[in-house]
Amino acid sequence: MLLKDLFAVTMLLSIYGLLSATFFVAMDAVDVAFTEASVGAGISTLLLLVVISVTGRRERRVRHKPYAALFVVILTSMLLVFGTSDMPYFGSADAPIHNHVAPRYLNDSMQEINVPNIVTAVLASYRAFDTFGEVVVIFTAGIGVLALMSVSSKALSKSQPLNRPRGLYEQHLVIRIVAKTLFPFIFLFALYVQFHGDFGPGGGFQAGVIFAAAFILYAMLFGLDAATKVIKPAVIELLAALGVLLYGSVGIVTLLNGGNFFDYDYLLADPIAGQHLGILIIELGVGITVTCVMIMICFGFSLRRRAYEQKVAIRPKEGAV
Amino acid sequence: MVSQLPVLQVILPLMAAPLCLLLKRSTLVWLFCLIVSFLSLLISILLVQQVSTSGPIDYAFGGWDVPWGIGYRIDQLNVLLLIVITAMSSVVLIAAKESIAREIDPEKHVYFYILYLLSLSGMLGIVATGDAFNIFVFLEITSLSVYALIAMGRHRRALWASYQYLIMGTIGATFILIGIGMMYQMTGTLNITDLSVRLAELPQKRTILTAFVFIIVGVCLKLALFPLHLWLPNAYTYAPSIVSAFLAATATKVAIYLLIRFTYSVFGPSLSFAAIPLQTLFMALGLVGIFVASVTAIYQTNVKKLFAYSSIAHIGYMILGFSTGTVAGLTATLLHVFNHALMKSALFLALAAVMLRIGSVQLSSMQGLGRQMPWTMAAIVLAGLSLIGVPLTVGFVSKWYLLVAIIEQGNWVVAGLILMGSLLAVIYVWRIVEVAYFKEPATAQKGDVLEGAAGGSTEAPLSFLIPIWLLVGANIYFGIDTRFSTQLAQSAAQSLFGVSP
Repeated sequence: MLLKDLFAVTMLLSIYGLLSATFFVAMDAVDVAFTEASVGAGISTLLLLVVISVTGRRERRVRHKPYAALFVVILTSMLLVFGTSDMPYFGSADAPIHNHVAPRYLNDSMQEINVPNIVTAVLASYRAFDTFGEVVVIFTAGIGVLALMSVSSKALSKSQPLNRPRGLYEQHLVIRIVAKTLFPFIFLFALYVQFHGDFGPGGGFQAGVIFAAAFILYAMLFGLDAATKVIKPAVIELLAALGVLLYGSVGIVTLLNGGNFFDYDYLLADPIAGQHLGILIIELGVGITVTCVMIMICFGFSLRRRAYEQKVAIRPKEGAV
Repeated sequence: MVSQLPVLQVILPLMAAPLCLLLKRSTLVWLFCLIVSFLSLLISILLVQQVSTSGPIDYAFGGWDVPWGIGYRIDQLNVLLLIVITAMSSVVLIAAKESIAREIDPEKHVYFYILYLLSLSGMLGIVATGDAFNIFVFLEITSLSVYALIAMGRHRRALWASYQYLIMGTIGATFILIGIGMMYQMTGTLNITDLSVRLAELPQKRTILTAFVFIIVGVCLKLALFPLHLWLPNAYTYAPSIVSAFLAATATKVAIYLLIRFTYSVFGPSLSFAAIPLQTLFMALGLVGIFVASVTAIYQTNVKKLFAYSSIAHIGYMILGFSTGTVAGLTATLLHVFNHALMKSALFLALAAVMLRIGSVQLSSMQGLGRQMPWTMAAIVLAGLSLIGVPLTVGFVSKWYLLVAIIEQGNWVVAGLILMGSLLAVIYVWRIVEVAYFKEPATAQKGDVLEGAAGGSTEAPLSFLIPIWLLVGANIYFGIDTRFSTQLAQSAAQSLFGVSP
């Protein structure tokens, strides 16, 4: 409310994300912390920066005073404080969450799914349908951005390239060279996170975000043209859909093999191997969709900005005529 | 395959959505969506049959028993909503092709259909699931896709309307999530059946009470219950016509479903209605909502906005039925969910036809339209009569049930007020009739007219008239032969009270 500089607000938000990630670590929820660090502090900051590059850095002055909103916030927080009064203490062994559903996850998941990281077992098998829903949410967000921000490719290619002042990527040679050496390691780390999710914190969501962050970094340093040359926006769209389809098709195969939706036991003759295969494929689907949607959103805004800049560049001429 | 019907109901449109990207051609995608939607309708009809013959169906995802895994539970309440949503989606889609061609840029058609299918599957997922967190996930799918759909409206204000809805809707969804989180903390489970058992046993109530308040406020935001309705008029007005028709018929109904599900199945009537004076509160809000929204509707110059306000008034009727807390009242609410979907989809589709032909839905530009578009305007009049609650239409049936339920409680004042509310509906419907039939056709329109709208407008094409008159026919058919709809609503209401039909 006080800050008018959107860049500073974005940075604060990023710091907030990182701090909450440390909270989650303190609470022993390393998977959540990892997600929060990569999504809250990482990719969402990047995406907000891309947005700021379109909207401009300063917030427009607003006349009304948001007292009503403040009132709602105070009321909500009072209610939340009231709600904590009956809660079990943090870490208390006889809290309901530790005694009802969780014991089976802790005790039996090794025999039933045989994945050391229980969080992955819950996300990818016990509650696989929720995770599928989340992937569809991300896909929906990507399509939503495309539906609103997409600029027809014809309009872009027809107009001549402009001699506007070049961005970061032409001026800062050192950053480019240093970053270039970093990319292989970032990609390698993303792959590690992707395929190590069964054993430690990680999985498709985090890996996808890291992949996308590397790619967006590339686009920032070497320009949009270079980035779209690496992978075309149309291909990205198809891949995003493919990730969702890959995830869903695991369910379809289990249906056809006579099991319930997402019952990986039916994938292979050996149920445990089936569980492993199922989790591997759906994590891959998650990774692909998350990566592509993040890149899609970034491209959407960047292309929009370019179209806007071209419009601005053309308009004075029309005025003169 | 029959045992897999619950999952197919949701998965079919959900998987079809990304497939649309591969088809690319607008007409092809439309045809594909139409087929998918009608298949969903077929599945929901089969589910209705199955539930009515053999009772609720449980489905365990991944073969994991609930509460460890996610379970679907299709009962008498769900099937009513499932059939309303799929039927409305299918009928509305018939007209989508031409309406979209007029209102949305060609390169965005595929995205439109993807988002449409996603919102459809999201709503189906919310309704079908028996898991509290799964509700939230599908609520997000629905919300995100609907925000984008609304923002695709031609008018620049569509963006602002969508943004308003996004802020309000996100607050609502977050509140619901906070409530679900608190419930999980206190019970250790997310499954609805399991929750209801464990919540009832809990000795400490304060956290649960907080969860209840958060969920009710969150759902009421989505429901657009007065005074949380401010996002709805603009959203319905500036969305593409097809989206308005689809949303008006389904979106708020899903929120009503959530309200009923959370109060009756999760928290249970004893906690819901004893902890806070919810019934009195809802009765008051419902009544005020009916009057404020109806009076506001009378003063609208944009017909889409007029009907949007009328939607808010009708939410008031549904809430009144809900607030009685009796089987009869709940039957009236559910019956009105079914019937109101029929009325509003007919009206908004007819408006889509008007938009197609004259490029505007301002009252002033509809002068003399009764002669130029006789079939479309006749449909508006008939559906309008249903909106008022004239006998032989569905509007009469649900209002009758509502009145009986209210009078059963000896609440004559409220019954009188409901009748007065219907009189207000007469006024706003009459305003349209007056303009369309008793005014000379206006010559050259100024402002608010899309380019390409020729002066002499003609009747809407068959692709509009068929779905519109299907819906109008349904308005009359279910107004005369009420067996199907009342039986669905009644068995749903009875199942919630644990009465065997």
